[in-house]
Amino acid sequence: MLTISQALVDEIVAHAKRDHPDEACGMVVGAEGSDRPERFVPMINAAGSPTFYEYDSTELLQLYKEMDGNDEEPVVIYHSHTATEAYPSRTDIDLAAEPGAHYVLVSTAHTFSGEHGNSEGPVEFRSYRIIDGEVTEEEVTVTDAVPGS
Amino acid sequence: MAIEVRIPTILRTYTGGEKAVEATGDTLSGLIDTLEANHPGIKDRLIDGGELRRFVNVYVNDEDVRFTGSLETALSDGDQVVILPAVAGGA
Repeated sequence: MLTISQALVDEIVAHAKRDHPDEACGMVVGAEGSDRPERFVPMINAAGSPTFYEYDSTELLQLYKEMDGNDEEPVVIYHSHTATEAYPSRTDIDLAAEPGAHYVLVSTAHTFSGEHGNSEGPVEFRSYRIIDGEVTEEEVTVTDAVPGS
Repeated sequence: MAIEVRIPTILRTYTGGEKAVEATGDTLSGLIDTLEANHPGIKDRLIDGGELRRFVNVYVNDEDVRFTGSLETALSDGDQVVILPAVAGGA
């Protein structure tokens, strides 16, 4: 199960809306072994694509060094699908390399549809474990707590 | 000639859980061969068809080897090598 604050969910959703129709990506990192997502780290999608995302390799290294220095690890690895549902694609599964992380998928496929005006439509928000090519969806519990309080 | 190699979580099954191991080599290619000798199976996760895998990033002293000669990147004593899988995917 993923437990995450409303504030972090809002940040992820806002990022996905902002980058639509391109895929948005990033992480929420937390203290090693805590399984608590705390620090929001939006990343630039170096692929700049509606069907693909990839962190810039230099920024990827910086992020991992930063986490190393802070005794942090990726707790949530998120990205958006902008035309399909919030379910890991074959590519997502093949490239998932953090067996300890929660893979959050958000979909903005219905967010900007005509019936909802500009950006008021629903954003699908789902979480998965992806280990050795196997996908397991998990429950998401959203808390009101401010991280660290 | 000892070079520290930082191993990502997903490949620590090959290093008995170690986050960093030592290896030797004059080039990245040679270094990966000595890694393979001590940690059988790891080479295949890094190299495919004689090339570095598309979604594996390797850095020597913080420089992505794609800009420094890829597998032919020269190494010397005290260099630090970091292996990181790409964070990537897509619909």
